Amino acid sequence: MPDWLARLALALAALPCAAMAGEVSPERAAALERLVVQDCGSCHGLTLKGGLGPDIGSEALAGTEPESLAAIILDGVPGTAMPPWRPLITEEDARWIADYLLRTERP
Amino acid sequence: MDRRLPAADRAPVSRTSRPGGGLTRRSALGLAAGALAAPALAASPGGADTLRGTGALGVVVERATGSLVIVDQIARAAIGRVTELGDLSHASVVYSPDQRFAYVFGRDGGLSKVDILTGAIAARVIQSGNAIGGAISDDGRLVAVSNYEPGGVRVFDAETLAPVADIPTGSKTIGLVDAPGRRFVFSLWDAGETWIADFASSAPAITRIEGMGKNPYDALITGDGRRYITGLFGEDGLTALDLWESPPAPRRILSGYGRGEEPLPVYKMPHLEGWALAGERFVLPAIGRHEVLWVDARSLEEVGRTATHGQPVFAVARPGGRQVWVNFAHPLNDTVQVIDSASGEVVHTLNPGPAVLHMEFTARGHEVWVSVRDAGRVDVYDTGTFEKRAEIAAESPSGIFFTARAHRMGL
Repeated sequence: MPDWLARLALALAALPCAAMAGEVSPERAAALERLVVQDCGSCHGLTLKGGLGPDIGSEALAGTEPESLAAIILDGVPGTAMPPWRPLITEEDARWIADYLLRTERP
Repeated sequence: MDRRLPAADRAPVSRTSRPGGGLTRRSALGLAAGALAAPALAASPGGADTLRGTGALGVVVERATGSLVIVDQIARAAIGRVTELGDLSHASVVYSPDQRFAYVFGRDGGLSKVDILTGAIAARVIQSGNAIGGAISDDGRLVAVSNYEPGGVRVFDAETLAPVADIPTGSKTIGLVDAPGRRFVFSLWDAGETWIADFASSAPAITRIEGMGKNPYDALITGDGRRYITGLFGEDGLTALDLWESPPAPRRILSGYGRGEEPLPVYKMPHLEGWALAGERFVLPAIGRHEVLWVDARSLEEVGRTATHGQPVFAVARPGGRQVWVNFAHPLNDTVQVIDSASGEVVHTLNPGPAVLHMEFTARGHEVWVSVRDAGRVDVYDTGTFEKRAEIAAESPSGIFFTARAHRMGL
């Protein structure tokens, strides 16, 4: 295993994991919320209103199926700057993020 | 290590005891106690009745709270805070030639002119919906902002922030820099073009250069103002322009530096801004790879590469070029590596803490300030010994900008 991958696995192992499929622990939810704001925010803006990447606020995403949103998060959008997050998060995490994006209203 | 918060006992007695004389004992202690609420620092760092220069000052962007901390490089301390600056995620700063005013480019399209002596916002406009950076002209008269939404570049009077020109591009606009002769150069993410806007006379003359490559994501201008280099997200390589040519012809460099390997997922776009000559070569972060690339400054050909801890975000040469300091993208962003320019080898690895976002050298490079976002700290390191000299509290700090930038092209 290359050094960076080993470190990555280690970093992820340190994060609290989901107790059951389809749910995430409150600690994991807090870590994922931070990931959305800080790291998704690198491209989509801290307020998620868009930047290099599009607006991913709840208003802009309204009507999108959470499953398809989770699939985009996990596998990215080929040919664009949206990377696959599958190496860093689980399917439950992605579903939580999708639900979070769809339900969170921002000013 | 000297844990040097802006301690009141270091402030001259005359300043703490003089009414209205700037930094008060109460406000300094407020920050030292960890009270990071906006009013904790005096808004008036210098004090209207205190003479001081600005050459050793700077600002630290507090990205989440929309504020700036004004810092003193000699005291290694925060001396003031400016609030109400809007969404400062990915904010950047340029300085007026007299190093008194900081122009702050916010993500929400806000452009603020901050007086770093008084802490006052001298002028502020919301110039677009969504901005990505800016530049100031060589004569200090014009400030330009590049926009994602609605795209294009807007130019303002540096004195008043009154609008001067609007240059729609129909594309997200990135890599905006100043070039000699009252010019701005910028690139179009969607269209793969670079435009040169020449403000030598009142109406800007636009030169469009097509064929720059697919999805330029950032650009740099060399310190002599001659070469403009864009990094490409959509192609394996970069494109260079020689701004001494008229019109400049695009030239692909480092084509296929990935050599057909599948790039890694990119969780944060690298920045090219930190360019500086390190001997006869300069260094660039490779996108989607765990390495930096060394480029011959004259031929623009690759002369080597150095394997790094993660995907580099900034690869910044210490002034003088003896070392290059590199930080990394999520999730390996707790580490900084120092590369020796002569050998190309990593000579030191630091672990400042979670989310190292930016590094800024003092003008002659004896110290480097490192923002550690999730630790709420800016760390000051000695670049010779790598010892930590100070820690300064800041709320989610990102970019650090020292006033010496006022006198460097492209910054």
